[in-house]
Amino acid sequence: MAFEGIGASVRRKEDLRFLSGNGNYTDDINRPGQTYAVMRRADRPHATIKNLDTAAASKAPGVVAIFTGADMAKEEIGGLPCGWQIHNKDGSAMAEPPHPVLALGKVRHVGDPIAVVIAETKQQARDAAELIEIDYQDLPSVSSTVDAIAPGAPEVHDGVAGNLCYDWHIGDKAVVDAVFAGAAHVVRLDLVNNRLVPNAMEPRAAIGEWDTSSGDYTLYTTSQNPHVIRLLMGAFVLHIPENKLRVVAPDVGGGFGSKIYHYAEEAIVTWASAKVRRPIKWTADRTESFMSDAHGRDHVSTAEMAVDKDGKFLGLRIHTLANMGAYLSTFAPAVPTYLYATLLAGVYTTPVIYCEVKAVFTNTVPVDAYRGAGRPEASFLLERLVDCIAHDIGIDRVELRRRNFIPANAFPYQTPVALQYDSGDYQTTLKVALKNADWDGFEARRAEAIKRGKLRGIGISTYLEACGIAPSAVVGSLGARAGLYEVANIRVHPTGSVTVFTGTHSHGQGHETTLAQLVCDQLGVPLSQVDVVHGDTAKIPFGMGTYGSRSLAVGGSAMVKAMDKIIAKGKKIAAHLMEASVEDIEFADNTFKVAGTDKTKSLTDISLAAYVPHNYPIDEIEPGLDETAFYDPKNFTFPGGCHIAEVEIDPETGVTEVINFTAVDDVGRVVNPMIVEGQIQGGVAQGIGQALLEAAIYDKSGQLLSGSMMDYTMPRADNLPNFNVSTENTMCTHNPLGSKGCGEVGAIGSPPAIMNAVIDALKEYGVRHIDMPATGPKLWSIIQAGQTKMAAE
Amino acid sequence: MYDFTYSKPASLGDAVAALSKDAEAKPLAGGMTYIPVLKQRLAKPSAVVDLSGLGMSGIIIVGGKVKIGAMTTHDTVAKHAGLKAAIPGLAALASGIGDEAVRHRGTIGGSLANNDPAACYPSAVLALGATITTNKRSIAADDFFQGMFTTALEHGEIITEVEFPVPEKAAYEKFKNPASRYAIVGVFVAKFANGARVAVTGASQSGVFRHEGMEKALSANFSPDATKGVTTPADDMNGDIHASAEYRAHLVGVITKRAVAKA
Repeated sequence: MAFEGIGASVRRKEDLRFLSGNGNYTDDINRPGQTYAVMRRADRPHATIKNLDTAAASKAPGVVAIFTGADMAKEEIGGLPCGWQIHNKDGSAMAEPPHPVLALGKVRHVGDPIAVVIAETKQQARDAAELIEIDYQDLPSVSSTVDAIAPGAPEVHDGVAGNLCYDWHIGDKAVVDAVFAGAAHVVRLDLVNNRLVPNAMEPRAAIGEWDTSSGDYTLYTTSQNPHVIRLLMGAFVLHIPENKLRVVAPDVGGGFGSKIYHYAEEAIVTWASAKVRRPIKWTADRTESFMSDAHGRDHVSTAEMAVDKDGKFLGLRIHTLANMGAYLSTFAPAVPTYLYATLLAGVYTTPVIYCEVKAVFTNTVPVDAYRGAGRPEASFLLERLVDCIAHDIGIDRVELRRRNFIPANAFPYQTPVALQYDSGDYQTTLKVALKNADWDGFEARRAEAIKRGKLRGIGISTYLEACGIAPSAVVGSLGARAGLYEVANIRVHPTGSVTVFTGTHSHGQGHETTLAQLVCDQLGVPLSQVDVVHGDTAKIPFGMGTYGSRSLAVGGSAMVKAMDKIIAKGKKIAAHLMEASVEDIEFADNTFKVAGTDKTKSLTDISLAAYVPHNYPIDEIEPGLDETAFYDPKNFTFPGGCHIAEVEIDPETGVTEVINFTAVDDVGRVVNPMIVEGQIQGGVAQGIGQALLEAAIYDKSGQLLSGSMMDYTMPRADNLPNFNVSTENTMCTHNPLGSKGCGEVGAIGSPPAIMNAVIDALKEYGVRHIDMPATGPKLWSIIQAGQTKMAAE
Repeated sequence: MYDFTYSKPASLGDAVAALSKDAEAKPLAGGMTYIPVLKQRLAKPSAVVDLSGLGMSGIIIVGGKVKIGAMTTHDTVAKHAGLKAAIPGLAALASGIGDEAVRHRGTIGGSLANNDPAACYPSAVLALGATITTNKRSIAADDFFQGMFTTALEHGEIITEVEFPVPEKAAYEKFKNPASRYAIVGVFVAKFANGARVAVTGASQSGVFRHEGMEKALSANFSPDATKGVTTPADDMNGDIHASAEYRAHLVGVITKRAVAKA
């Protein structure tokens, strides 16, 4: 048997069904008697609903029912809950205005749902939705982050003065200010982290079903965490106890964070299915996705570093404005605070850090975690700032980083912003990346490019992130309203095959393979005899799902614990069968052995005995070989590494081409190197998208101008280079696998590397900073201005 | 989409009749623009007359002319050996429209009748001085394009064929919208014995246009260097989130130069 355990690049078990069109996605599911829901949404950013008339629509052909916010309010349906509470500087709680499932009296962003039409066909539902008459009174709106907090800005929520959700900080301002006062250099950078639309390949969908016999509800939904949805929707919105509510997240085609959250449509189809006593399907079209999936990023920041004469970082001071959108999405408040400001030490020994964050409401789609969630914002800010420091004080950017790295012998390392890093070796990832990218040979390549009329630049980022979320007590003390442990149930069947029931959820990551490989490794069962079940609250124990690169580090660790229990129980059975002492039983390669003898029993012998317990220590242990373990991590994990980008800019058009991209990441123990490489490539592709192409642009009137694939530039294969991806790993010290996580590193490390390369390419024009995305017209304008300036000098 | 009646006539006469009797009826060629428009409910025709049963497909090269049937797909144009030899720039243009799926459905006649201001084909037809044949008449390219999404076609008039003269040299260069991949600026240049013709798509508020300054310069000297110093006023250019009017005006110069270099 070929090696299939930890370290084997086995092919993904799930790909056959995905690639052959046999995936089972939510929209592929059809229930008997199913009806179709279409949402009538706001076409304007901010308005009072003076009158909402559904009479004509109700009479349209095929209409089963129409419900509005008022209908839900009558039944005391709750608003969509927020899962994280941030406290202001003065200790008071953040502003948490209501988020009605269907608009009540007001709409607050384009796309805000107002009514649901349920009909025999989707076409009929769409036709009827157009017949709903809405009498709006438009209100002034605000869409930009900066404008939202300006004096006199239109207020998105009554009672939320100045649109301020919270005014939070971390660190001691007086101490940091004192360090700045005495520093040899203070380097300042103003920067924007551009707003993004997640655009998972599969649009969101939901089917609600109410069993007329049992009174049980089932929700099929495109979710990254079905138990979280069951808890939030059941307990806070619809008041359905867990025993009457099943949530199924079948195959899901990409999430990137946008499918973590509990969305209005899930509550609507579930609730309404009991009203109409028929299943109800809703599937977003792409336009709806743009205006209803939570967006990502959208920060405006000022960063300052105090630096001594030798380039050592003395202190960091940050002010950030973060856009929450019109309502608080499920985990939105945590993103610009505990997933961002706690990362501002990065890989550096900066001794003191102060960061204040103001979160604001705007008349835009809610903003929440998107691949990286806070950490890309932190790494972009820090790695751009470090390049500016090198530029301003005249130290080589690589040397400056080396001087400030946390040394490899300093772990565990306590940062000034709460986190304690367990392991890492930044000098090594840097050294290997410089070599892999042929950093030293760059000037020759630049000179060659100049001959072809191209501006060539190279950029580096030495980033760090925190994932494997998260220790429940820690996040609880920081405002999380959830635990973040993970759970696994390992069921060894009578003939020795294994089913894993995991609380994590795979929506493209390849868990069915990676998690199965853990079983191959620890229990010696062939991959073909291991299946991974996830995504159904009726099958799996209560788990927290997948986000924050947590599935292997946290979910895999739970599996290891459960398999330890399997082995421990198996040893007792083996000891009985082989008439030996339990202490003398060894287990390896699927075999229990009496130490020092040739007496052995296979796992299948043991599992068969466990389920057919004729000759069995029945007084001591129960039959069966089926163990569950919960694992609550002791700490976050801290992947990091070095990304190097090499770009060429066409000075005639301003268009950037990424020529080379080198990533050397430390992701801890790698289970499947091929899947890790794919995850990093995908993350880097999204990072290149953010750096060069993507921007969610609202105009002054609150309309999303980049609201379709015709105008929102997703990265495509021809925007991307061949990636040079490798890992240089140090082990996580606090989980049994040593794994850290790989899902987000690509999106976290790459944008600053790309932008540093773009800015390096334009250095002859005196460019110090450019905000993302570095589009053709933006760079062309900069080149034009630079050429004009140079000609004048 | 909204409900409409659908027909697929077997003859040009039947198609014309179906369109003529109903002012709200619309013809459907490859549907690569119109079907998305229908699906988004941006149009509400009473009837859709599918032209795919009319034939009108294929390429004939005869007497120094290239004749392309209106229902010929982009893929056919892109891969036709005779056309690739006669007007390689036209085949190359077709090979760069949309993606594989679009090129196997989309047609030259459909593209011209729609006259999207960022479509590729109008620039080739105008620069090459092609003649558009309909069920009623022949229309010179110079008379055919009348601004964004507007042509000389009357209701019920169907393009049957497009006839291109074979130039000495020609090429198309496209600066793509990074999102849609339509032309932000697309320039088709053609050199004939009696001078050069240059048509620009994607850039102008009034759709595809002939660039007189470039034509004059290139008629005198058909070389990339000849485009230097020829400016394009930004006043008439489109401006949007992807490209300002100034940027488009600048790109017209760059892309024309590159098209000439390619020819």
